[in-house]
Amino acid sequence: MSPFWIMVTILALALVGYILGRRRAGSSAAGDIRKLHSRPTYYGWNTAIWTALPSLLLLLVWVLAQPLIVDRAVNGNIPDSAVSDSQTRGQIMSEVQGTAFELGRAVNEGIVSQSEARALSLDDAATTEKLAAAGIEITPSAPVLEAAKDYRAFNLNASRALTGAALVLALAGLAWSLSQIKPGYRARNIVESFVRGFLILCSLLAIATTVGIVLSLVFESIRFFQLYPWQDFFFGTEWTPSFGGGSKLGMLPLLWGTLYISLIALLFAVPIGLFAAIYMSEYATPRVRGFVKPVIEVLAGIPTIVYGLFALVTVGPLIRDWIAAPAGFGNSASSVMTAGLVMGIMLIPFVSSLSDDIINAVPQSLRDGSLGLGSTPSETVRNVILPAALPGIVGAILLAASRAIGETMIVVLGAGAMARISGNPFDAMTTITVKIVGQLTGDNDFASPETLVAFALGLTLFVMTLALNIVALVIVRKYREQYE
Amino acid sequence: MTDAVSAGPRRVGAQGATRKSLLVADARTRRRNAAETRFKAYGIVAIAIAMLALVFLLFTIVRDGSGAFRQTFIDVPVTIDAAIVDPKGNRDQKDMAGVLTMSYGSMLEKSLETWVAQNNVQIEGLGKADYASFYSSQARATLRDMVLENPEIIGTTINVPALASSRVDGMFKGRVTAESAEIDARTSLAQFRLAEAMEEKGALTTRFNWDFVTQPDASDNRAEAAGLGVAIIGSAYMMLIVLVLALPIGVAASIYLEEFAPKNRLTDIIEVNISNLAAVPSIVFGILGLAAFINFMGLPRSAPIVGGLVLTLMTLPTIIISTRAALKAVPPSIRDAALGVGASKMQTVFHHVLPLAMPGVLTGTIIGLAQALGETAPLLLIGMVAFVTAYPSAPPEGLFEPASALPVQVYNWTQRADSAFFERASGAIIVLLAFLFAMNLVAIILRRRFERRW
Repeated sequence: MSPFWIMVTILALALVGYILGRRRAGSSAAGDIRKLHSRPTYYGWNTAIWTALPSLLLLLVWVLAQPLIVDRAVNGNIPDSAVSDSQTRGQIMSEVQGTAFELGRAVNEGIVSQSEARALSLDDAATTEKLAAAGIEITPSAPVLEAAKDYRAFNLNASRALTGAALVLALAGLAWSLSQIKPGYRARNIVESFVRGFLILCSLLAIATTVGIVLSLVFESIRFFQLYPWQDFFFGTEWTPSFGGGSKLGMLPLLWGTLYISLIALLFAVPIGLFAAIYMSEYATPRVRGFVKPVIEVLAGIPTIVYGLFALVTVGPLIRDWIAAPAGFGNSASSVMTAGLVMGIMLIPFVSSLSDDIINAVPQSLRDGSLGLGSTPSETVRNVILPAALPGIVGAILLAASRAIGETMIVVLGAGAMARISGNPFDAMTTITVKIVGQLTGDNDFASPETLVAFALGLTLFVMTLALNIVALVIVRKYREQYE
Repeated sequence: MTDAVSAGPRRVGAQGATRKSLLVADARTRRRNAAETRFKAYGIVAIAIAMLALVFLLFTIVRDGSGAFRQTFIDVPVTIDAAIVDPKGNRDQKDMAGVLTMSYGSMLEKSLETWVAQNNVQIEGLGKADYASFYSSQARATLRDMVLENPEIIGTTINVPALASSRVDGMFKGRVTAESAEIDARTSLAQFRLAEAMEEKGALTTRFNWDFVTQPDASDNRAEAAGLGVAIIGSAYMMLIVLVLALPIGVAASIYLEEFAPKNRLTDIIEVNISNLAAVPSIVFGILGLAAFINFMGLPRSAPIVGGLVLTLMTLPTIIISTRAALKAVPPSIRDAALGVGASKMQTVFHHVLPLAMPGVLTGTIIGLAQALGETAPLLLIGMVAFVTAYPSAPPEGLFEPASALPVQVYNWTQRADSAFFERASGAIIVLLAFLFAMNLVAIILRRRFERRW
């Protein structure tokens, strides 16, 4: 049985367990459910959990472990003579897997029988012909064929063993938990502690994700730094990867591009976002606010790929034809300016809604005091509200900066791919995220520094944004407490 | 002299007294009022810029993309020549399937040539190559499929609308003009004139193009045939995975943190973690997916399952944050009442608090899904950029087969050499935005209908 069907069977058994458990609880109390410790459903759930949980866990572990174990076993059976200079063990292994897959397909489609597949050899003309007629290619090399048959045998045995073990475990759990049911059995407490365990597990997933991110970044980055000196990575000013070797992988041009674009985006987004927030919270009537706020927030709901296309098709050529080319700043459609402006548009709602919340959190009494002393609303905003809200606004700007640094699609489509350090905002430059995408899309060789550098770049990016986020969150949190 | 000293302030006062009326503002007040007006104007300008940017963005997308929903077809009678499609004359499927698609192309070209001769169209420099490149190379394949499906049409002359090439199509969408046709290697002025003549006689029509939404992607030189079918299915599969995983996990995590968790170090770390995860750049999640799901766990590249898992991890913080807000909004009196009549803590939460918080939870989930639907960067890293033309099969197997995704398809098309793909990319964005709009609408309706103020 395939793991999917084993799972379905286990769940069906659990359903049976639920019904039986309920019924048994009822009969153990002789029909008077007031004698039971818990309500009958809990007895049903209790049986279902004991039926399904252990066997599902076994299934999960087995499915994850089986490929590793089978690969190792089969790999050990391949003679060293089969490994030649032109083919590494890994390549042979994938050929073995491919052959085994094809054989499995042939058996499934009924072209050859199970025993014919097991006895197949290269001399067996009749069977190979049958296979070839059905369009199934069998490898020409004998050791691979042997290994593939091995592989199939291992997998077949393993899945048989799994089916047996999982079903036995499920039935044992069913029987045991049914035998436990008595009127005094505390089914609710047991079910509730399972549920509680599940809740805790789910909330630990957040930590697991972070740990996963850190581990995957750190491990591959260490491998990268074993192949490439870290000084050259962090302080190199030249980025010229070449898969033939001899690449220069200096991060500084990418960092420069990232920071330059983020700076332009913030120079655009912060004043606009801030003024919009001030207007909405201090001047606008509820009706205007009720219309403007959601419209600006639509900007936040638009996927970044849309902004990317906007930069590529509309804004880039516009800036080139109307500003950069006439003024002699260069004629590249993708530029720091293009990416920065479009990213700025994307960040407006981010800045404005965060600042709006923060400005609204400033107590009304401060406003009233200032207005009562005779200052105009704008003087109140400048001299009272903004100073009071400043830490929060700084936090909002930092969060926006972290968004800008980590933004990918806009810069991939709008900023270009040239790694260089230049002051001209109309030049095409590139960023960390662009290069991560560039190095990791397509076919990768995870042993070359040119691919692994993406993980080091990712780690740099992660650390930068994490630092910004933590600082921003601390500031915002402190500020909130101040007025609560 | 004492007069002079006291005259100072009095003179100032006298100056003030020269002001004729309270209704006329003095210079300083005017300055302050002007500053006030300016300040207010800055705010209005800022809002105007933001709104204009939105309008401009949507306008250009609709302008560039609406063309993708309309496609030009050639309505010229085609004679299905038995000598070409069935050289052995036995109507045997197997023999007919052996005929190359190329031969069908010559049939189409001939039909166009006949049409030109019959309609007496005179165009200078119209050659064989112009006829050949008038049709999309997809048109021959469509015709071939049609003939193989109903062999009875062999030998007859039928009216099949055939897909025109992207250049001919572009002439009707303003992408190709007489000037640009002249210098373009893939079309010619003669072709342009022919298209004009054909349109006049009704042999070339532009109509709504469902194929754009249902057909799979097409290769580099067939922009006119490229569609979103596989991408929509891939995105739908991923959304399914996100919904099935992220909703229960997110709700469970929020229930624990909001209702059960003691205030201690661990829960503090979890909380900080969640708010940090919400701000981690999406591309980092892509790296996680590549390293953990593909390299470590050995899941297939380009598969919706990997995309779905990555997007689940990305969406979880959003769902957790909104679910916690919804749980917090349920007043404590509900909990107290349930506990008071003897419910356990777990029963209180699952029977009373959670149902009341459900509208908020669902709203948050839909918004999280919408976010996940538009996410591109992580999917690039797990190989969803692959060129996929086969529809994945139904779940669960289909979740492990290669597929594309809507936003990635947009990216893919922007990387093609032919600028006709930009129209497709904008069209795909319209589809994507339509989905997002629908999801947000559902969220707003849910909120309006079920939101309760306590």
